[in-house]
Amino acid sequence: MIAALLRRDLAQFFPFTGSGAALPVVFFVAVAMLFPFAVGPDANLLAKTGGGVVWIAALLAAILPLEKLVARDIELGFFDQLRLRGMAEEAMMAVRLLAHWLSFGPPLVLATFPAAALLKIEGETFRILMLGLIVGTPGLAAIGLMIAALTASLRAGAALSGLLLIPLALPILIFGAGALARQDQVSLGFVAAISLALVALAPFAAGAAIRAAREN
Amino acid sequence: MQAPSPSLIADNLACRRGERLLFRRLSFRLEAGAACHVTGANGAGKTTLIRAVAGLTTPYAGEVRRTGALALLDERTGLDPDLPVGRALAFWSGLDGSADAAAIMARLRLEALAEVPVRYLSTGQKKRAALARVLGQAAPVWLLDEPLSGLDTASQALVSTLVREHCASGGIALIASHQPLDVPGMTAFAIEDFAPAEQEEDA
Repeated sequence: MIAALLRRDLAQFFPFTGSGAALPVVFFVAVAMLFPFAVGPDANLLAKTGGGVVWIAALLAAILPLEKLVARDIELGFFDQLRLRGMAEEAMMAVRLLAHWLSFGPPLVLATFPAAALLKIEGETFRILMLGLIVGTPGLAAIGLMIAALTASLRAGAALSGLLLIPLALPILIFGAGALARQDQVSLGFVAAISLALVALAPFAAGAAIRAAREN
Repeated sequence: MQAPSPSLIADNLACRRGERLLFRRLSFRLEAGAACHVTGANGAGKTTLIRAVAGLTTPYAGEVRRTGALALLDERTGLDPDLPVGRALAFWSGLDGSADAAAIMARLRLEALAEVPVRYLSTGQKKRAALARVLGQAAPVWLLDEPLSGLDTASQALVSTLVREHCASGGIALIASHQPLDVPGMTAFAIEDFAPAEQEEDA
């Protein structure tokens, strides 16, 4: 049952197979492409600020898929039907979290290769940026899932979720981008720890949220 | 399918929508082979009752006891709008392990629509697709919320036939509808009979 649900969720959200799900990656690369035009082609300046730009682009790209992440399946009665087959909301949300991360985390990490080339990020900085995104994107996905589930029954949910994600993602951003500035790996440890805690928490918070959404 | 014979019991059920008490002291007991028709005007609380019986919402008071798996049909199809009907149904028949998906689609006259995305279906066609999902589930307890809405005359007759067959094979059906169904031996109650009296509501 879990495997069937994961296959279905991936088909829904994965870039190029799902409905316009490639948008976050395109957006991400577009930001990296526009930045050198905006600040000028000074390689030193780009290398110094580029890492932070990639992090901001990743954070904003994480907002894009939130609108469809949970609300649509509540409207469809999809979660209700799974519930009637004995599946816990927490399990549905854990699967959704995995599918959501797979559909934007790894594509974003791959898109960092062209983005880094455009921003003249090389060597140790590039390595730390990649590691940071690999451990940081699960946390972003977890925050996104919780927010999407909480705002699913609100009419202005989509607009609200973007606003809510930004402050909640600040710790990941601070440590992730901070690791670049200081070239240290301790900050990456913090990013990983925050991500782990969020990933562990998200299925329960999101599951409770979609249960609560039924009551009104 | 499973050893214990199915049953569906509501005991002293009360449900609210927002601040308003919709019904109270509602009890029924359905054993294998029983069909029950819940009537009531729009907004009287039929859907609320069905969702509470399904266990999707917590009733304000009372409890629901059920033996046997449950299949729910309501205004939401549970089918992915972007997928063709055949594949959207295949997801559920895969979960439910139903083998006769093709026969069910034929029964509900869905073969011609198998390649059409769900979002292009008309209201009645969507309802038939959702019925196919319910049939594929092969659950002994059926909860049908407005199963006739949007259906043409032939399909409405088909719903009655399906309920008759389901009950004849030992299933239970609780049907909320303001339209009549042709199922012999079906009990019925009006949800308004359990609505709180005016003075009670004020209190």
